[in-house]
Amino acid sequence: MKELLLGNEAVARGLYEAGVKVVSSYPGTPSTEITEAAAKYEEIYCEWAPNEKVAMEVAAGASMGGARSFCGMKHVGLNVAADPLFTMSYIGVNGGLVIGVADDPGLHSSQNEQDSRNYAIGAKVPMLEPSDSAECRDYAVMAYDLAEKFDTPVILRLTTRVAHSRSIVEERPREERELLPYEKNPAKNVMLPAFAKPKHVKVEERLVALRNWSETSGINKIEDNGSKIGVIAAGAVYEYAKEVLGDTVSYLKLGMVHPLPDALIRELAEKTEEIYVIEELDPVIENHCKAMGISVHGKDVFPLCDEFSQSVIARCMGKELPASLSVEEQIPVRPPVMCCGCPHRGVFYVLKKNKVYVSGDIGCYTLGASAPLGAMDTCICMGASVSALHGYNKARGAEAEKKSVAVIGDSTFIHSGITGLIDIAYNRSNSVVVILDNSITGMTGHQQNPTTGYTIKGDPTAAVDLEALCKAVGIGRVRVCDPYDLKAFDAALKEELQADGPSVIISRRPCALLKYVKHKPSLKVDPQKCIGCKACLGIGCPAISVRDGKAVIDHTQCVGCGVCTGLCPKGAISSGEGEE
Amino acid sequence: MKNSVKSVIIVGVGGQGTLLASRVLGSAMLSQGVDVKVSEVHGMSQRGGSVVTYVRYGVTPEDKVYSPVIEPGEADVVLSFEALEAARFLPYLKEGGAVVVNTQQMDPMPVVTGVAKYPENILGKIAEKGVRMIRLDALKLAEQAGSVKAVNVVLIGAMARRLQLPREVWEETVRKTVPPKFIDLNLRAFALGYEAFTEE
Repeated sequence: MKELLLGNEAVARGLYEAGVKVVSSYPGTPSTEITEAAAKYEEIYCEWAPNEKVAMEVAAGASMGGARSFCGMKHVGLNVAADPLFTMSYIGVNGGLVIGVADDPGLHSSQNEQDSRNYAIGAKVPMLEPSDSAECRDYAVMAYDLAEKFDTPVILRLTTRVAHSRSIVEERPREERELLPYEKNPAKNVMLPAFAKPKHVKVEERLVALRNWSETSGINKIEDNGSKIGVIAAGAVYEYAKEVLGDTVSYLKLGMVHPLPDALIRELAEKTEEIYVIEELDPVIENHCKAMGISVHGKDVFPLCDEFSQSVIARCMGKELPASLSVEEQIPVRPPVMCCGCPHRGVFYVLKKNKVYVSGDIGCYTLGASAPLGAMDTCICMGASVSALHGYNKARGAEAEKKSVAVIGDSTFIHSGITGLIDIAYNRSNSVVVILDNSITGMTGHQQNPTTGYTIKGDPTAAVDLEALCKAVGIGRVRVCDPYDLKAFDAALKEELQADGPSVIISRRPCALLKYVKHKPSLKVDPQKCIGCKACLGIGCPAISVRDGKAVIDHTQCVGCGVCTGLCPKGAISSGEGEE
Repeated sequence: MKNSVKSVIIVGVGGQGTLLASRVLGSAMLSQGVDVKVSEVHGMSQRGGSVVTYVRYGVTPEDKVYSPVIEPGEADVVLSFEALEAARFLPYLKEGGAVVVNTQQMDPMPVVTGVAKYPENILGKIAEKGVRMIRLDALKLAEQAGSVKAVNVVLIGAMARRLQLPREVWEETVRKTVPPKFIDLNLRAFALGYEAFTEE
């Protein structure tokens, strides 16, 4: 049956068809839908793990236990999971182990633009890169055969445009697989130095064998169009190149981007006079060709930064671009904003008012950095808000401690904030950590997590008791606040900043987009009372604007959260229906 | 042989339901046996920001769609869920293409905070460029259909009128794409959009 599937959904389809039994992932754009789609297949055990390192270890354990297993993550998640990756490369697999990683060239939803191909090189494992959804399915299935044939984890690399594009996939049935027997084998599975040393030699031999496979398996292929110009490309970039250059050049289309097929590269060089390596981000293929002594164009022509498209390739290769129209007016930018009724909004309003240093983290609430709230000083990576606040305070001393907080979401706190909090307690930091508990993983589109009490399949389960956890690691002052109540939140913040010893404020209210959250009727501005002072705009709510000198509330957007009512000096904002 | 591919760019404000529109268009084209690619936006860029999705499909079953994205000067149709966004993405329109636009205006945050102004008569400025335009008040029509949330399906109706597929194909695709309990509402919204069609 033909379906129009997201690249991510097609990967999940491939996992299903390959007989995968265990999937463990941490959500991260643009990889999240692989695991969400896999969870819809009853035959696959699927879970959200607390972070990518745990997810990879779960998948590694399942592989050792004889099942085909998978873990999915975004590019920065692979940094977190790098530790098990590098050693699983030595151990290899029992049941096939595939790691799905989605890079984000162009930073649609990420804090950096790193190129995961460097991990395949570093960990000495094969990496496949599909260019559309059909290949996502095909390569996912192929990755398991490869993993088991060569005794290696395999990385399946996607980029945003492949992960989040739909194209046609012909679905096939699942091939059910028996668990492979588990046999105790310390020389294979216990990486003590004495066992790991000979394994390193095997890993190097495996790379040679994999390179041979990449030459002959057909995953990398030359499309000889009799041109003097050759193009080497993989993934979405191959599709852009075909769009611009069609059959006017010859191609080496790569499906396996590590290790690279030396003989095929040489063959293309012999058939053509000039080679263009077209690759987003790092010059991985280009450097490889040059190290082989083959002269190619690469980053001398194409950019190092940002994602590519057909027009980037056309422009860099001197092709004409289509004409286009535009209006002369300045068009104001429309950056993403916190949603109407977002519980984070009140927190950032209070933080801004108190002029504190805000050590930020990764999630919807990173939007607290944008105008008009602008209440965030730093954002590094998952969990860094907590530990970096501790470092900031150790550097700057007692005065800083009274004017600084960390903000971290519930899922991010579980991911890697807990260890930072332990550091705060253990090393006697006077820091204040605000956990923004909105009862869901928000930014990636509402995934359950260990604090929500539900599994990925929606089954009830144990929920982390955040208050008890914070106390258990040694935080004496732990309190819960409602972020809709600005006055109470403000008072709590001031008290904890002044208090001796570390504190945690749990700002607790579910995400306004959750289905079970009941919204109140839209609020209204009484134009008789409104003096046009714009105090209500300070909260940065997309439903409030000023027209003809008076504030107005867009009834299609307002969810009646009431946070704005406290800002109006004239009491002009109310439900207007006499309900209160 | 010439490879003929049509490109529709769907733009709006995160939360307006542009993804549903691209899915309906993609599925409708899939049902006609032509090659299709749809590129979506997820994550950070979804939250109230300017959002864009691309749909590209072959004219005949032989046509192959390579790139899933649409670049300036390539779109046969720009379907905009909001007036300012139509102006922002006007450069994507191909010569001779059409803009289908919801006349609703939503202030972006720089306008709300007063650092920027929402341009006056922005749709008139687009029309001055000699562009074919179909304007409709999709919010009003959605309210008429029964829910402000049906703005996206009203606009699918307006776009459908411009593309060469029978009305039944669209209605069947809407029926399959929306949750069962909202089918009637959405078919009403689709009809209002389809019939609101007026070209300038």
